[in-house]
Amino acid sequence: MQCEDMTEALAATAEGDAHLSRSQRRHVERCLRCQAEVVQYRKLLRTMRTLRTDVLEPAPGLLADVLANLEEAGERHAIRSMLSGRRIAYLGGLAAATAAGAAGAIVYASRTRRTRLAG
Amino acid sequence: MPREPARDTAELVTAAKDGDRAAFDELVRVTHADTYTLAYRLTGDEEDARDVVQEAYLRAYRGLKRFRGEAQFSTWMYRITANCAATHLGRRARNRHDDLDEAATVVDAHPDHDPQLRADADDLRSRLRVALEGLPPRLRAVVVLRDVYDLPHEAIASELGISESAAKVRLHRARHKLRDQLFPRRDGESRAV
Repeated sequence: MQCEDMTEALAATAEGDAHLSRSQRRHVERCLRCQAEVVQYRKLLRTMRTLRTDVLEPAPGLLADVLANLEEAGERHAIRSMLSGRRIAYLGGLAAATAAGAAGAIVYASRTRRTRLAG
Repeated sequence: MPREPARDTAELVTAAKDGDRAAFDELVRVTHADTYTLAYRLTGDEEDARDVVQEAYLRAYRGLKRFRGEAQFSTWMYRITANCAATHLGRRARNRHDDLDEAATVVDAHPDHDPQLRADADDLRSRLRVALEGLPPRLRAVVVLRDVYDLPHEAIASELGISESAAKVRLHRARHKLRDQLFPRRDGESRAV
């Protein structure tokens, strides 16, 4: 086992979740260079974690822009819902009118037929 | 996360899911700085970060009903932001032909490696910020989401549209590059990746 074979495994040891093989573990125990790398990776990870609390201040206006954008999106959604509601009502009315027309035609046709048969 | 008291946020989320727009606006107020910070870390550019934040909150607003509350709202926002940033950077790369090559060279912004400065935690943090900005976006996204925001590998892979194993490979490459930059070896110690 050479130091060069350890690159990937050492980068994973930063989280402590890496499962080093027995031979890799044996190599690290004997190799000062790889031990130093493990320490560096852990230090790197600790420093990365501290960035979590490091909150940048957005440029003024961002919040107002986001809220305005949401407002606009909300309005668009409301208009779309209203239009689709109207469309549904229109289509419903159309369907009802068509059904009524068809029923009327059927009734008319059956009466005409009965009259013919009676005659 | 310090800016997000869990109970208050949960109540706001519930109200927002019930259609309370003011509650959603309040969620934006409480979380926008964190969302912007992540967007900036992922894109490395103020203007891009602003666009990503806008898009992320729009997507969150539209998809709020799908948020089941299993994770914190902030974590859910991180995932959406990561996804928006990946889309944004992809689009930008196609438009501007940016170099997204993973093998891009990391610029060493601090060639003078004073041992005393290196020992200083604040100095390390500021050098880390510079090193992160110098990483190719693909590597930076993975290492920021994993090591700063603690997102699981699976979530990172899913939001960036890559496999979990690809996410891990990128993570290790990113860490390797960052370590190389923060703890440079002396002559003759360099190791090929």
